[in-house]
Amino acid sequence: MRVLQIIESAYRATLEEQDDTVLWFTRALRAAGAQADVLLQGSAVSYAVQAQDASGLRLGAWQQVHPPAIAEELAALIGSGARVAAIKEDLDERGIAARQLVADVELLGRKSLAGLFGQYAHVWKW
Amino acid sequence: MNDSRCLAFLLMDAPFEQARTATAFRLIDATLRAGIGARVFAYEGAVSLAVTRQKPHANAIHGRALEEEAHPTPHAWINALADLAREQGVPFDWVNCGLCVDERGADEAAPSARRGSPADFWKMAQESVNTLVIPTR
Amino acid sequence: MGGIVTRYLLIESRDPFGSTDYVRRCELAAALRADGADVTLFLVENAVLGTRAAARPQALEKLAKQGVQVLADEFALRERGIGSGEIAPAVKPTDLAALVGLLAAGARATWN
Repeated sequence: MRVLQIIESAYRATLEEQDDTVLWFTRALRAAGAQADVLLQGSAVSYAVQAQDASGLRLGAWQQVHPPAIAEELAALIGSGARVAAIKEDLDERGIAARQLVADVELLGRKSLAGLFGQYAHVWKW
Repeated sequence: MNDSRCLAFLLMDAPFEQARTATAFRLIDATLRAGIGARVFAYEGAVSLAVTRQKPHANAIHGRALEEEAHPTPHAWINALADLAREQGVPFDWVNCGLCVDERGADEAAPSARRGSPADFWKMAQESVNTLVIPTR
Repeated sequence: MGGIVTRYLLIESRDPFGSTDYVRRCELAAALRADGADVTLFLVENAVLGTRAAARPQALEKLAKQGVQVLADEFALRERGIGSGEIAPAVKPTDLAALVGLLAAGARATWN
């Protein structure tokens, strides 16, 4: 059963969770046997930017050991066979160029969404 | 007329911060009243919905004492839905994501709630007629 | 030979006057409809703030003309003091049992 996970909310609690919890959940679903793919839209297209760096969080004497590595999480998803796509118009609006992105992230136009949704048994928006 | 169908829901929000909690509970109630079972996976902040240490309080601004104010507590809502499901003779399953419970210290949960993982949500989705994810903001 | 019609249920909870992606959601509803699907836009919570006939812009009228069914949660309308006489003709007030019915019938549902 194919599932499309649409992620729109970005950088919500990613520092304290040391990940994006929906990307994490997607990996857990895939580990449980789901054929889950990801569509990034809105500001979540920023998750496809290779140069993200969340290291260095310090609060008093506490220092974060494992900052979120969202670009690596996306690469791992792609490496596991998941399809990861981002809405081109949302990247353009935010001035993000294709060359800045994690390898093999597909760029889709908004007009292709109807056709895309038709390929999945479930479309879950987060 | 009851049948063996179930709907699955995934909730993410902690109580008392936004409108989605009440709408989600109303939706689950409507599901059970329609004679359809409900399977709920509580993810992230939603695991706090089942915490039994929630306490109602009086409200001096409203001019109401503790019992009069009858302040809602979500764990009582979960128990009420479980009771409704029993009356309707349909399934009701509430699963809290275990890692989310651990990191929030939300481990004193309503008796109707059990601990689980995303694999339980996937099983719910496969075994239900449909699944609705209600995301947080 | 007839084909299976896909059904979509777009549940919209966000305030149309406070979120730019409300427009995107309306565009998506129209696009799915244009693709041949049965589409219902179900308004809950602050999304019903856009249902008054006197509100601007009238995105909901446009969607209804395109064949999208627009429903609104009666409870949310009442909670916000939106009377039946004020509601745009394109919008049909209903209860959550209708939403349950659409889910139980298998409509692909997303919540915004």
